[in-house]
Amino acid sequence: MTPGSPLHRALRHRSFLIGGALSLLLIVTALVSLVWTPWPVTEIAMARKLQGPSAAHWLGTDHLGRDVLSRIMWGARNSIAVGLVAVTLGMAAGVALGLWAAARRGWADELISRMSDLVFAFPAVLTAILITTVFGPSATNAIIAIGIFNIPVFARVTRGAALSLWGREFIRAGLAIGKGPLRITFDHVLPNITSILIVQATIQFAVAILAEAGLSYLGLGMQPPLPSWGRMLNDAQTYMYDQPSLAIFPGLAIALSVLGLNLLGDGLRDILDPRLKVLRVG
Amino acid sequence: MLEFMLRRLFAALFTLVAASLVVFAVLEVLPGDPALVMLGMEAQPDTLAALRKELGLDQPLWVRYFAWIGDMATFDLGRSHAYKTDVATMLLNRLDVTLPLAVLAVSFAVCLGLPLGIMAAANHGKAGDYGVMMFSQAGIAVPNFWIGLLLVLVLSLGLRWFPAGGFPGWDKDFWGSLHALVLPVIALGLPEAAILARIARSAMLDTMREDYVRTARAKGVPERGVLFGHVLRNALIPIITIVGLFFAFQVGGAIIIESVFYLPGLGQLIYQSINNRDLVVIKDVVILLTVMVLAINLAIDMVYALIDPRPKIKA
Amino acid sequence: MKRWIGILLVAAVAVVIAVYYVTRPEKAMETPQTAQTTAPAPAAAPAATPTPPAKPAKDSVVIGLSLEPPVLDSSLNAAAAIREITYQNIYESLTRIDRNGNIVPGLAESWTVSPDGKEYVFKLRTGVKYHDGEDFDASDVKFSIERLIAPDSKVPAKNLYRSIDTVEVVDPATVKITMKNPDAFILFNLGIADAALVDPKSSPTNGTNPIGTGPFKFVERKEGESITLTKADTYRNPDAIKLKNVTFKFVKDPSAQINALLAGDVDTFPGFQAPELVGRLKADDRFAVVVGSTQGETILATNNGEGKPMAKLEVRQAIAHAINRDELIAAESGFALPIGTHFSPADPAYVDLTGTYPFNLDKAKELMKAAGYENGFEATLKLPPVGYAKRAGEVMVSQLGKIGIKLSIVQLEWPQWLSEVFKERNYDFTIVAHTEANDIDRYARDGYYWNYVSEEFRNVYKEMVATVDPAKRTELLKQLQTIIAKDAVNGYLFQLAKIGVWNKNLVGMWENSPTPSIDLSEVYWK
Repeated sequence: MTPGSPLHRALRHRSFLIGGALSLLLIVTALVSLVWTPWPVTEIAMARKLQGPSAAHWLGTDHLGRDVLSRIMWGARNSIAVGLVAVTLGMAAGVALGLWAAARRGWADELISRMSDLVFAFPAVLTAILITTVFGPSATNAIIAIGIFNIPVFARVTRGAALSLWGREFIRAGLAIGKGPLRITFDHVLPNITSILIVQATIQFAVAILAEAGLSYLGLGMQPPLPSWGRMLNDAQTYMYDQPSLAIFPGLAIALSVLGLNLLGDGLRDILDPRLKVLRVG
Repeated sequence: MLEFMLRRLFAALFTLVAASLVVFAVLEVLPGDPALVMLGMEAQPDTLAALRKELGLDQPLWVRYFAWIGDMATFDLGRSHAYKTDVATMLLNRLDVTLPLAVLAVSFAVCLGLPLGIMAAANHGKAGDYGVMMFSQAGIAVPNFWIGLLLVLVLSLGLRWFPAGGFPGWDKDFWGSLHALVLPVIALGLPEAAILARIARSAMLDTMREDYVRTARAKGVPERGVLFGHVLRNALIPIITIVGLFFAFQVGGAIIIESVFYLPGLGQLIYQSINNRDLVVIKDVVILLTVMVLAINLAIDMVYALIDPRPKIKA
Repeated sequence: MKRWIGILLVAAVAVVIAVYYVTRPEKAMETPQTAQTTAPAPAAAPAATPTPPAKPAKDSVVIGLSLEPPVLDSSLNAAAAIREITYQNIYESLTRIDRNGNIVPGLAESWTVSPDGKEYVFKLRTGVKYHDGEDFDASDVKFSIERLIAPDSKVPAKNLYRSIDTVEVVDPATVKITMKNPDAFILFNLGIADAALVDPKSSPTNGTNPIGTGPFKFVERKEGESITLTKADTYRNPDAIKLKNVTFKFVKDPSAQINALLAGDVDTFPGFQAPELVGRLKADDRFAVVVGSTQGETILATNNGEGKPMAKLEVRQAIAHAINRDELIAAESGFALPIGTHFSPADPAYVDLTGTYPFNLDKAKELMKAAGYENGFEATLKLPPVGYAKRAGEVMVSQLGKIGIKLSIVQLEWPQWLSEVFKERNYDFTIVAHTEANDIDRYARDGYYWNYVSEEFRNVYKEMVATVDPAKRTELLKQLQTIIAKDAVNGYLFQLAKIGVWNKNLVGMWENSPTPSIDLSEVYWK
């Protein structure tokens, strides 16, 4: 390992390490929940409702006697699914549009800028509520609503990064030897913007988890009895007088996941290229 | 300069028209029949048809669209189907809560975030800087409604210093109303202060690297003078931008915080109107919010153009 | 530099503290509040303090409601909150439903019914005035009732009055109603909020400015916040009314309702919606918690339609055997009564049929097997946005899961629930409380959302409606209840309780809810 190599820098970068560890914890929790949770996630047991943390239930039980730890583990799976799909969706569409805008310029560029203005002009929560109202509340539709907001984010970042590349020497050289815009985009532009896309995707992953928590707090995400962190907080609001721990752990899960992904994103940016212009839309 | 402004204005108008079409289209496909909502489970086909006719829901699409646009253009917001009151009145009632909430939360964010950002930049690389960065990372990661819940848990249910929710109304109980807004303001403002601290810090650091700042230092201008006279003034643009965006976000986007604290604000009005299928109200409020966001963006563009000539060339 | 940071921090802390003290009004402090409302201790300092002047009895009340009514005219909208606020307070009807569900005289002093049940003659009270000073007479009755039955009527409850043929003014104090066919429920239906009697002159604006003949008149409305009424000086018997000012305050969320009560902002929640929080109020001796009955049969409504597994009787019986009412009622924190059919246990004609298909998982699994669903099936449970449905829904997923029925919950808002489930019948299961009185007739209807068709039920029902003899009618009502219980048309879960919470000194609130109403005419402070 040579000093100054990306790996070396990564291992010395504190926020990258902390962020990486937290993100790994999130992923491992979700993977474990696929095969094992301490208790069944949806089974009701009124006899042990609203218990505080104990040896049997590390994080206590909810108003229907379900184990909070198991539900948080399952919720990790939900959050990852939301983040992954929403970011992939937004990235696929956004990057394509951004590349197109940068390659075509003129009306295409104008059109895409106006379209992303349009999306940004609506209050995000409101649009998400309308989308889930039209298509019905479900985890899938919440993901779609969040994904739609990722499209203009990625389109803007891609367009900005790609535009600055289009003015560079090596691309002009490519044009001079008769490469078409599509070839140039794939041969030269896309490979040179991967760093910013990776960093942006990490940040958007965190944003998506926060957004999903908000929507499911309002009852528009994952449908009960399956858990999601936001909904657990909503339920907790009614019962937190009797059992305050209900309001603490799901929120902590959200905060730590988002913190981890944000730190990871910042770390990645520092390691890959500190000058990258990341877009932050909350 | 003039050309740039006109271009931006034109673009904003285009966005507005597109937004009105989108809103109208979405409400068309919204499942659920407003007449059925009003008449409930005992509704009969004949009564439903009669009510739909009265509400004008039997008119063709384009007739309803242009009627709406025409009314909006003459500042007539129309009447709520469900409440039979003027939308303008309903809106003003809700703004009584939402505007003070937004202004206070943004002020809170500025009062907390800006000094922290400046402090971090002034102590770049030292303990203070790390402290602020840690606060900022934590603040960005924590969902604002969870902050709200924790505040309620500790300060309302535990210490009983603040009400857990609700809003008495300004004319009835002024101090009580202000008191009721304290926790929502903190819940909304804290994450924003975190973002603002981060942005202020990096904007300050960017300007500190500029030549004229070094020159000023070299000329022996005292550090405080450099910081406030040169650096802060030039770092203001991104700060103003983000403050403008916060404000826009809060007027329309505080739905979740309004739910946590049961505040009868604009967000709750929209949410309730969606659930009542009170189409007139949804349409009007969404469009007004869009107008506001666009106006704020336009204003930010103008400020940019006045302070800094670069975007003009880029555009 | 260090000093500068210090100054900044101190300033920030000072600002926070200052803001806190400035914005903290004394009234929000819990301790003095409690001290004030709990019994004062006169023995503690008898000599030192001068005896306070005898305070006049309190004459204003703040009533908390979960839902805000969109308008204040029941002919415009089906919302129950309209009826709760306006019925008996602002508007009155021909008959009147009293706190026990009896039909007593309202604006009609007396009435006679022809032997064939087809002619009703109502003798009206005289000297009755509306809040705007206009006189009430028979022509208003004709107007109000014809509005319900008109061919182009847009009234939510039109269906209740279809048996009425004509309304005639005999003289200013006498009205004759002729029926198309006898209707056992018409006197009840003429007494509920939907049959409110109004003045043709003021009726167009009743939605926002209601004018009736009742003891309280409308003062103002703050949309999203409150509605205020005051004692009407036009009321015929002003001495009987003790309250002067009435405010209805809207507090949607249960935990906020608790806080409003504890802070003294609200004197009563006549219909408290969060049984899980009642414990906290019981601990406070300022409040009385009274559990009364409602007409709300909460059912696991089941799509009996062709092609659904639930079209088979065995499957429905299996579901009935799999329902554990104890667990459901525990989820309601005990505030509910088990039911075995679609009928209110508060009604004299009620039969306890909870034992028809007792909780027995083995029996349920056997029946599933007999129906050919040994491995169960998947189905949706579309829930309306109400607390009891949310709670019972999660319990049902768990309970039916044990006999292989894998339910997936879809939470809908009312508009979608009404169109998808109720109107289009596009659902498998839902949970809803049917809160209308006498609503067993739904089982005889064509195209009702359960898709239940039973000739036997329809025949008995027809006979019951045409029966004038009360004993015979009760007998037939019992038969009807048994038929649907045996057919296990829906899962019969529990009767919603009316949890009334009020200040111990407030007297005269309705304990039960035979019809949606918060009748304040007999309420006073002790």
